[in-house]
Amino acid sequence: MSTTEKDIASAVDAGGQHDHHEIPWIRKYVFATDHKMIAKQFMFVSLFFLVVGGALAGMMRFQLGFPGQPMPGAGILPDAMMAPTPNGAIMLPEFYNSLVTMHGTIMIFFAIMPLLVGLFGNLLIPLQIGAEDMAFPRLNMASFWLAVPAGMLMLASFAVEGGAAGAGWTSYAPLSTSGEWTGVYLGQQLWLVSLTILGFSSLIGAVNYITTVINLRAPGMTWFRIPLATWSLFVTAVLILLAIPILAGALIMLLFDQTIGTGFFRPEVGGEPLLWQHLFWFFGHPEVYILILPAMGITSEVLSNRARKPIFGYHSMVLALISIGFLGWIVWGHHMFQSGMNPLLGTSFMISTMAIAVPSAIKTFNWLGTLWKADIHFDVPMLHALSFVSMFIIGGLSGIFMASTPVDIYIHDTYFIVAHLHYVLFGGSLFAIFAGITYWFPKMFGRMMNEPLGKVHFVLTFIFYNLVFFPMHNLGLQGMMRRIYDFTQYDFLQPLQPMNQFITLFAFALITTQLLFVFNFFWSIFKGEKAGNNPWKSNTLEWTVPSPPPHGNFAEMPTVFRGPYEYSSPESDDDFLPQTTPPREGPGPSSGVPEPTPTPEGAEA
Amino acid sequence: MTWSDWSWVLPEAFSTFSDDVDMIYYVILWVTGIIFVITEGVLIYFLVRYRHKEGRKATYDHGSSKLEIVWTTATLVVCLALGIVSKGVWDTMKIDVPEGAMEIIVTAQQFEWHVTYPGPDGALGTADDFEVLNQIHAAVDEPVWIHLRATDVLHSLFLPEMRVKQDAVPGKDIPVWFEATATGEYTIGCAELCGIGHTTMNGTLTIHTAADFQAWATAQAQRPRPRP
Amino acid sequence: MTTITADRAPMAGMKVYHLKLGMWVFLLSEVMFFTGLIGSYVILRFAHPEAFGVPGEVLNVPLTAFNTFVLICSSVTMVKAFAAIEQNDQEGLQKWLLATILLGAFFVGVQAWEYTLLASEGFVPMAESYHAIARGAAEGSEVIGGPLYGATFYTMTGFHGAHVSIGVFCLCFTLYRARKGAYTAGNLGGVEIMGLYWHFVDLVWILLFTIVYLI
Ligand code: HEM
Ligand SMILES: [Cu+2]
Ligand SMILES: [Cu+2]
Repeated sequence: MSTTEKDIASAVDAGGQHDHHEIPWIRKYVFATDHKMIAKQFMFVSLFFLVVGGALAGMMRFQLGFPGQPMPGAGILPDAMMAPTPNGAIMLPEFYNSLVTMHGTIMIFFAIMPLLVGLFGNLLIPLQIGAEDMAFPRLNMASFWLAVPAGMLMLASFAVEGGAAGAGWTSYAPLSTSGEWTGVYLGQQLWLVSLTILGFSSLIGAVNYITTVINLRAPGMTWFRIPLATWSLFVTAVLILLAIPILAGALIMLLFDQTIGTGFFRPEVGGEPLLWQHLFWFFGHPEVYILILPAMGITSEVLSNRARKPIFGYHSMVLALISIGFLGWIVWGHHMFQSGMNPLLGTSFMISTMAIAVPSAIKTFNWLGTLWKADIHFDVPMLHALSFVSMFIIGGLSGIFMASTPVDIYIHDTYFIVAHLHYVLFGGSLFAIFAGITYWFPKMFGRMMNEPLGKVHFVLTFIFYNLVFFPMHNLGLQGMMRRIYDFTQYDFLQPLQPMNQFITLFAFALITTQLLFVFNFFWSIFKGEKAGNNPWKSNTLEWTVPSPPPHGNFAEMPTVFRGPYEYSSPESDDDFLPQTTPPREGPGPSSGVPEPTPTPEGAEA
Repeated sequence: MTWSDWSWVLPEAFSTFSDDVDMIYYVILWVTGIIFVITEGVLIYFLVRYRHKEGRKATYDHGSSKLEIVWTTATLVVCLALGIVSKGVWDTMKIDVPEGAMEIIVTAQQFEWHVTYPGPDGALGTADDFEVLNQIHAAVDEPVWIHLRATDVLHSLFLPEMRVKQDAVPGKDIPVWFEATATGEYTIGCAELCGIGHTTMNGTLTIHTAADFQAWATAQAQRPRPRP
Repeated sequence: MTTITADRAPMAGMKVYHLKLGMWVFLLSEVMFFTGLIGSYVILRFAHPEAFGVPGEVLNVPLTAFNTFVLICSSVTMVKAFAAIEQNDQEGLQKWLLATILLGAFFVGVQAWEYTLLASEGFVPMAESYHAIARGAAEGSEVIGGPLYGATFYTMTGFHGAHVSIGVFCLCFTLYRARKGAYTAGNLGGVEIMGLYWHFVDLVWILLFTIVYLI
């Protein structure tokens, strides 16, 4: 054994133990180091937060649909949130502001992000590259157990004096610098502390993912044979790694402003409020890509599999991912066109923003190309992946309106923005999450999710979702501002009352529909149809192992011979050709050869 | 609710640059609309045409570099063209404040708009300045140059019918201008979350004829008021 | 005990061992963290030049220059520690680690002392009580700079100081492990990544010293 190899071995020892002894209950389910268990932990916790975020949205929608009317059943909430009247409890504006803030914060940081990164990152990365586990299993455990207290702090802030943070998920200074402006003191600080802890959790997760992808690929798993889900998670991890520290710095400065009285963002003592926005969006735009890239990866995976056809333009898909990873750093100013930033800068940010629409478009065209002359199976994961594509088209196109600076003057801070971000985050990310959960459910639990129930859930969600969010474009175009407690205060917005009510009713329907998913999820864990190793006849490595995979994943180190999307290849009698199947002609490379020669039909073609 | 609530037509606007803004909006609406119809149409067509049929295999195909180049260039050209068209109007609206505009100060403060007029001497910062609350008055066809300020937190001056929106930042004096093309009463709104009373931070923009505006200004200047 | 790699075919990646790669990756994010702080400082200083003092006016440059020298020395001793274990020199490793710890702790101590001195001259991070006067000036002399000066100074140097303190803490742990014979010439990953971190923190300080004290 050479020196480096021994180094490697001992370094790995330090990282985690892989003895196959009986693992005590607490190490298996609570302080678990197995990446699959951590993935499930992230899934359960973030699905819980998804429900919380949904409930907050429901309350907000009630107020918008029925402004100033008593909310049924809200009497149980404290008077600081809902003012009691003889007819029932009416929502207070400060509570509405907390709802707006916490809905955004919880959905983005505690639901979508941990579902995409915590769940799918943990589940897929080691399995898809042929690793036993993450490079640092204990760090992985720490990542989860930092996210939990962060979430609890965030929730606890509802219960403290003054209520939860109320300055928007963007927490613009100076509003956020002092309770003097919002009436929220402790809540605003808990918000900052919670996100700082969560940031640290994401950060060590990212270090782990990056190291794992670079170091732990099975023999033959060259960069251009990595499945797109893992590719996208890798680029996402890089974005997290570089963006989160910027947020952390800003959060801490803001916390200092609030607690010890520094003046970074406080103009009354010579501070610079716009600095907060620059820091926040320098993090924030990469963040929105953190929220969409894994969703794109999941979609690519499901689409190619269920269309039984190689992904169209694998290389340009990867290049598009990478170029988003770069371009994402120079467009942050498009959130600040009306902020008072130098208007000349506005123009440069408009141009860079127009440029970043290109890789997104490329990906969309490639998904369409994948469906061309395909053999499309409309299973539940596929339905969700397809709706990702069609909804992402809408969200991407509405982005063009806002990227155009003069048009943005009118629609900035209106419901048009709300529509855009929900088309990319709900229509995009969340549909991809549904696709991913239903697709990899058998791998996680060894059982399939119920198909008819899943279809009902999908159809209702798709319809209600569009009825809720599409008209928000129209509200925005009529001039209705976002983050507004009672739009009927404006005469010119009063005609929008019926539309708002319409949206609210379908929002309730949308929320209720999700019960189907919850039911299907739990029912299928126990009662679902048993799944074999590879129910989707997929090519990638995770489907070569049992469902659920044992501790250590691969009984034998897999060797990879080709790209991940060799569906309907003439080389195979079936319509799929796993990455591990040795090429038909000639002897397969003996195990231990790190880079087997690519087959002529391989994805490198 | 009526079908017109679903309309993508912008509400009418009454400033010199509003037509240009709306024009760019409609250009983008058409361009994106066409792309939308084509992409979603192709998607649906493929879904129907290539749905699973017993005994048919998908075509084994990895893509086409030629197509990639074509659609990359096409998207880039369309997006950059939209950017270039936008630039001119943006500069007009945010940079090129016209000469000879009437200067007023609008100071945003939780949760009201303080509007300061120069008074009879036509100069701001003198003793005869006067202030009105939550209302901006101006003459039709006369440019107005607002010095936008804030005292506490961020606010955003939103004049939807003028297609004007600009954040007010404490410590900054940000130029905002518009020239109304029709008399009438319009909306002043706050578009940036500014605290508990954000929703109530609205007012009225009144565009008078030149003569009416003079009359209004004279009356206001003579109104007895406490000097701060 | 089985390990991921020992009984298996080589991976497709794996040019450096995990811990080292992980540390490099982590340091990248540290670079971004300090970039955020330093970038904010630069922006604030350009926007409000009047809020910042002339070099040497408020801050004690000679003292900190000396402290910088101490920290650079600690990088040298860290290199020595690594060189020692490369030769399997256990005693040398422990000796040089101890030296590094002492130098690092000394640096933090001097920084804490500097803070108390500065605070007593009204140079504090709190905006409302900021009233920094020139070094050696009489009580009540003209206030130099503004609250942003104090806030940025303490945030940047404070976060660096925290990094040094964490480093010292980890070095103590490394020393403890070294005394138990955990490192050998063939197994020195722990020492090497500790060194990487330490040199990084050192490098950041040289940047900070230049930007905050000298420019
Ligand atoms: C196709 C390219 C896209 C373009 C050109 C684009 C453009 C923009 C612009 C210009 C804004 C700022 C609008 C304003 O506040 O006035 C914005 C907001 C936003 N975008 Fe996008 N976007 C794109 C894709 C995405 C994606 C993929 C996501 C996330 C998954 C996303 C998430 C958001 C969010 C969350 C906001 C609102 C932030 C806030 O709360 O203010 N966008 N987008
Ligand atoms: Cu953005
Ligand atoms: Cu407001």
